[in-house]
Amino acid sequence: MAGTTLLLVGVVLVVVVVFTSSYRVSYLVTDNYKSLNSRIHYYGMFGLLCTGLPVLIIYLLWWLLIPFYFEASVVESLINSLEISPDENLSLLVGQIEIIRDTFLSADLSKKSEVLNQNGKINYEVVASLYDSVNQPFDPETRPLLFQVGYDLWLLEKNTNNTFHLVLFIMMAGVASVYIFKVNPRFKARYYVENIVLGILIAAAGIAIITTLGIVVSMLFETFKFFELHDWKDFFFGYTWAPNFHGDSEMSILPLLFGTLYISIFALFVAVPVGLFSAIYLAEYATSYTRSIVKPMLEVLAGIPTIVYGLFALITFGPFLRDFFGNGGAFGVNWMSDARSVATAGTVMGMMLIPFVSSLSDDIINAVPQSLRDGSYGLGATQSETIRLVILPAALPGIVGAILLAASRAIGETMIVVLGAGAIAKFSGNPLEAMTTITTRIVSQLTGDGDFNSPETLVAFALGLSLFLITLVLNVIALYVVRKYREQYD
Amino acid sequence: MKINKTSLSSISSLSQKRIAAEKRFRLYGLIGISIGLLMLIILIGTILSKGLNAFQQTFITIEIELIEAKLDKKGNRDLADIKKVTTFGYTPLIKKSFEVLISKENLVTDLSSKNVSKILSKSAASELRNFVLKDLNLIGQTVSFEFLTNSWIDGYLKGRVTRETIKNSKNVSPEQLDLVDQLVELGIIKKKFNLGFLLGSDASDMRPEAAGFGVSMVGSFYMMLVVLILSLPIGVAASIYLEEFAPRNWITDVIEVNISNLAAVPSIVFGILGLAVFINFMHLPQSAPFVGGMVLTLMTLPTIIISTRASLKSVPPSIRDAALGVGASRMQTVFHHVLPLAAPGILTGTIIGLAQALGETAPLLLIGMIGYIATNMPTGIIEGLASPNSAMPAQIYEWAKRSDPAFYERAWGGIIILLVFLITMNTVAVILRRRFERRW
Repeated sequence: MAGTTLLLVGVVLVVVVVFTSSYRVSYLVTDNYKSLNSRIHYYGMFGLLCTGLPVLIIYLLWWLLIPFYFEASVVESLINSLEISPDENLSLLVGQIEIIRDTFLSADLSKKSEVLNQNGKINYEVVASLYDSVNQPFDPETRPLLFQVGYDLWLLEKNTNNTFHLVLFIMMAGVASVYIFKVNPRFKARYYVENIVLGILIAAAGIAIITTLGIVVSMLFETFKFFELHDWKDFFFGYTWAPNFHGDSEMSILPLLFGTLYISIFALFVAVPVGLFSAIYLAEYATSYTRSIVKPMLEVLAGIPTIVYGLFALITFGPFLRDFFGNGGAFGVNWMSDARSVATAGTVMGMMLIPFVSSLSDDIINAVPQSLRDGSYGLGATQSETIRLVILPAALPGIVGAILLAASRAIGETMIVVLGAGAIAKFSGNPLEAMTTITTRIVSQLTGDGDFNSPETLVAFALGLSLFLITLVLNVIALYVVRKYREQYD
Repeated sequence: MKINKTSLSSISSLSQKRIAAEKRFRLYGLIGISIGLLMLIILIGTILSKGLNAFQQTFITIEIELIEAKLDKKGNRDLADIKKVTTFGYTPLIKKSFEVLISKENLVTDLSSKNVSKILSKSAASELRNFVLKDLNLIGQTVSFEFLTNSWIDGYLKGRVTRETIKNSKNVSPEQLDLVDQLVELGIIKKKFNLGFLLGSDASDMRPEAAGFGVSMVGSFYMMLVVLILSLPIGVAASIYLEEFAPRNWITDVIEVNISNLAAVPSIVFGILGLAVFINFMHLPQSAPFVGGMVLTLMTLPTIIISTRASLKSVPPSIRDAALGVGASRMQTVFHHVLPLAAPGILTGTIIGLAQALGETAPLLLIGMIGYIATNMPTGIIEGLASPNSAMPAQIYEWAKRSDPAFYERAWGGIIILLVFLITMNTVAVILRRRFERRW
């Protein structure tokens, strides 16, 4: 409620600034707009930017940073209270206090004043009724200290926030009134507005950098935490993946990497021939009418969400394979015990990758100059000879780039392997056995109820960082190859 | 030396080989395309054949006497007193009404009334209780009430469950199916359009028949709202800077390489980023659609930037020159002339980016947007953005994990809904492109 009022006040203030400043400028101009530096609306727009923008930025920073101050104050008062033994889990207590704070926050206002009795102590009956009024279960076992600290925290947050809003409002009103009373037709409003807008544009472009930095820094941070708790030699050079919650987990990336690469290569064996031959046919043989129908249809495969492929692998394709290779299956062999396997996930992932290979290869084959074809035909080569001996060699780097992009996609693919590949980490050559991948393990380690400080959870960040680096290298090579190739014929 | 005589009218063996090779090569291409198209057809066929059933549900209509002596012993219609009667108090009423039904319609069955009432969904009694609590005047009357049957009976009517498949099942007996056959003939058990699937929320493991997709659809909607509001302005601003203003130096090169790489980073990495930064570091709430929207924004931004830059690039330089020539500033040139001309392309790219984000699952799992979180529709925008919810693909994943064919059917049904959204969005994008695209 208070939030909406504040927002409304801010918006009204900004609107007032916009209209009064442009009105004042047009009022001050006496010589038929000749001395006006910028068009009228730029004066209003500058008013909007100079009052609205700083407030927005400050508010964002405040919202990001102030929780750390509050948390620090809670920890400090906990430590100062002398009731807490040093070996207690502080973050757990802080979590409890935050719940208490939230209860105070959402509880009925009239009762809050009665929480403290005359000598400044918490009145439990009132607190219990507070809890009742917001349907929060009241636990009478909770330590009195936590209520005290929670109440203090609530009070501190309320006061700090109120002060902050007041200061912000005064600042905003100050800037607004200075601008309104100082603005004149000679003010270079357009110049300043455009510079501010340019600044906003640069900041937006910087978000891409910030995202990458965020990915790297956040994962590095957690990965270092992981390596403090777990031997890095085991992670990179161990043989087994066996996390448990007794504290002696063996967690090595190698079996997972093996499964990931096995499934990806399997998928590429499905996708590359199909995709490449489709691309050749579409680019060289098909009429433009066929092409205009078939190409978008193949691209539909790339637009279908991966969860659909995952479900298809788990429910339809896996059992279908098992009907052939499983116990009592059509081939009379017992090679497959589970519907989930390398072949299941690999084939379905291959389906998904067909358009990645075909579309990009198609573009690349089309980019081979016609003069090469004409020269080859002129020497008497057939169409297929031209393709095999002239066009494909010329397009090869680009096609390799396309396959690398598909490979990076396969390595990072999650839902198909989560549903179709199984959960067993091992080195095995049998494509009909279940195997697990890096992405599968990230999902399973991070979706449980694990503690965020245990190595079993933190390992997911190390896995994620490895995955990021592998795909990054593949992408950089692929993009470099494709770009280099494009330049060759441009 | 023997000269190999050939004539123009007969084809030499070498030529024959070459012609055969040509035909073979062509065939490979055709086979490649056919495999691709076949896979598409199989996929769509599977989705439709397995999912369409989810849009129908089996209901049973029975008359229930709401006996006053059981529900309101004091007879004063006091809500607090009636609330004290738990769902256990309502099960006898349902049993009784089945007894009445069997004797009235002369149905043949050896089942006890307890086993007969088991053909209903497990939530039947609580449904009835909620119904009564809403309108206390009904107590003492006989009301015709429509219940969900349990998922096995539902499967039996849809052909998923047959008498062979239930031989060893504890959940449903052949006698129950005999009774169901008779009730179907009488029109008491009927398949109807499943509105609950479109509007309802997920249900617990034991009640697939009550699970709905509606709440996660709303979750996805709010997420897409966040993605749109954040990624469109930021993406367009970034593209304008990079395409129109940025000087050619190493910093812009780094940004460009960065963006094309970010577009190829696995989506799960964005999930890890979201978990580490938004949830562990900033302490934003888990499972909230606005956090999911922020994660998906980071993922969608590169797509939008790349397509926006392409459509800015396709606006010919003569437009810019003309604008600059009549005295517009660079900023005015871009915002008054280039941007409006590039707008259809930008919108198309944004819609395609949104469609991609809508189908994304992996990052959502990591920030806790798995299924069975929200049991009620959010009531307002704030609640819709901040209270825990699921999203369409995450809900599908949740159902796929519960190894029960009745949930699989729901998952396929959910996929149909998801694909309908995606097809609509992509069609709009194609129409926009066709309608407004200008060739210069």
